[in-house]
Amino acid sequence: MANMNTKTPLMRVHGISKELGGREILRSVSLDLYEGEMKVLIGPSGGGKSTLLQCMNYLLVPDRGEIELEGRRVDPRKARELCEFRQHVGMIFQDFNLFDHLTATENVSIALRKVKGMSRAQAKARAKAELDRVGLADKGHLYPAELSGGQKQRVSIARALAMDPKVMLLDEPTSALDPELVSEVLTVIRGLAQNGMTMVMATHQMGFTRSLADEVLFMQEGRIIEQGSPKDLLAEGSGTRTLDFCSQILDVEGAGA
Amino acid sequence: MNETVTVLLDALPYVLQGAAITVTAVVGAMFLGLFIGVPLAVGQVYGHWTVRTLCGLYVWFFRGVPILVLLFLFYFGLFNFMGLNLSAVAAATVVLGMTSGAYQSQIFRGSILSLSKGQLKAARALGMSDGLAIRSIILPQALRLSIPGWSNEYSIILKDSALAFVLGASEIMARTHFVASRTYQHLPMYVSAAVLYFLLTWAGVVALRALEKRVRIKGYVH
Ligand SMILES: Nc1ncnc2c1ncn2[C@@H]1O[C@H](COP(=O)(O)OP(=O)(O)O)[C@@H](O)[C@H]1O
Ligand SMILES: [Mg+2]
Repeated sequence: MANMNTKTPLMRVHGISKELGGREILRSVSLDLYEGEMKVLIGPSGGGKSTLLQCMNYLLVPDRGEIELEGRRVDPRKARELCEFRQHVGMIFQDFNLFDHLTATENVSIALRKVKGMSRAQAKARAKAELDRVGLADKGHLYPAELSGGQKQRVSIARALAMDPKVMLLDEPTSALDPELVSEVLTVIRGLAQNGMTMVMATHQMGFTRSLADEVLFMQEGRIIEQGSPKDLLAEGSGTRTLDFCSQILDVEGAGA
Repeated sequence: MNETVTVLLDALPYVLQGAAITVTAVVGAMFLGLFIGVPLAVGQVYGHWTVRTLCGLYVWFFRGVPILVLLFLFYFGLFNFMGLNLSAVAAATVVLGMTSGAYQSQIFRGSILSLSKGQLKAARALGMSDGLAIRSIILPQALRLSIPGWSNEYSIILKDSALAFVLGASEIMARTHFVASRTYQHLPMYVSAAVLYFLLTWAGVVALRALEKRVRIKGYVH
C-alpha cells in the first residue's frame, strides 16, 4: 500500500482541461499519483477517462493545467522533452495497437533499439525477458495477426514494460477481449501491481478494483466527482454514485451471463 | 508473307533494344516517383498546413497537365532554360518520374490513412519522435499496402513512356515507327509493338505480385 502522506507524488496532474470538437471533455481534473499506487478510473462511457489518460502522457496536449513527473514539468512544445517524458509513462490501449508488421519480439524490441539505442542483440534479449514475464516466451516469432486478443494485450504490456516506465497508464485493457481471455491479462496486471508498479487504469472490472485499487476515481462529464478507497466508495449502502454505477454494470453483466 | 516474317525477324533485335530503353526509363521513373511520392504523401498527411499546401500544389499541377505537354515543357523549355543538357530518354524519365510522384503520393497517402490511428499513438507512447514513428512504423506498413496500386501505376507509366517517342527517344515506339515506315509493314510492326508492351506490362505485374507475396505479413488482412 502506498504511503500517501510523507512522500511527494511521483506524478502530479493539476487542473487539466481539454476541449475536443468544441466540447469541454475534461474540466479541471487533478490527481496525485504516489509511487507504487494503483488508481482505478471508472465511470460512464464518454466521461473522459480515455482523454485523461492520453493527456497524462501528452498523446493529447491539454489546453490548461500542468503535469509533473518526479517534480519536473514537461514542456510539450519541446519535442525532445516530450519523447523523453513518454518513455517514462507507459501506455496500454484498449485495442492493443501492436505494430502489425512486426513479430511479438520485434514489437517489444523496436523502441529499445531505436529510442534507447540498444544493440540488436541486447534489445532482443530484453524483449525475450519481457515476453517471458507475461507468459509468452514461446510466442516471440508470431505476428500480431497470429495472436489471440489476450496474447496481443500481454505483448503490448511487455512492450511498455521494456521501456522501464515509472508509471503505467492502462485504458480499459480488457474491454476488447473475449470473456475467457480477460483473466490472463488481469493476472499479468495484478503481478505488476504486486511488484509495486505505479498505475492508473480505466476499467470496469469490479472484482479486480476491489482487491487491488488503492483509490477509485469516478469520472463523469469530464470531472472526477467521487474519489476514495474502494472499500469506502463501494460499501453496501454508502449511497455513492460509484456504487450506483457499479451495481448497474453488475446487473448488466449478470443478465448477460 | 515471307517478306513480313523477314522484316519482323530483322527488326526484332532493334526493337528489343528499344524495349531495354523503355524498361530503363520506366523503372527509373518508378523509383524517382517513389522518392518524390513518399515525402509528398507524408507531407500531405502529417505536414503543417503550408507543407500540405505545397505538396497539394505539386500534385495538382502534375495531375492536371497532359504528359505530352509536360514532356515538351520540360525538355524544350525548362531543362534548356536551366542549362541542363539531358538526353531525350533521360528527360522523359525525369518527367514521367515527377508525374508518377504525384500519382504515387496519392497511393501512399491512401495507404497511410487506412492504417489505424493507434499505430502512431502507440509509437509515440514509446517515446518515438514522429519522424522515427513514420519511418519505422507507418511507412513499412503503408508501402506494403501500396504494392497493388504501384502495380497499376507501373502499367500506366509503361504505356505513357511511348510518348517519349515525340522527344526522339529511341524506345519501342520510335523504333517500331522507324521500321514500319521504312518497310511499309505497318500492321505487323505495330501489332508486334502492342504485344511487346503487353508482355512488359504482364511481366511487371507478375513481378510486383511476387514482391507483394514476399513481403506479406503472416495473417495480416487489411
Ligand atoms: N477527437 C475527438 N473529437 C471530439 N470529441 C472527442 C474526441 N475524442 C473523444 N471525444 C469525446 O470526448 C468524450 C469523452 O471521451 P473519452 O475520453 O473517450 O471517454 P471514456 O473513455 O470515459 O469513454 C466523448 O463524448 C467523446 O465523444
Ligand atoms: Mg475510453
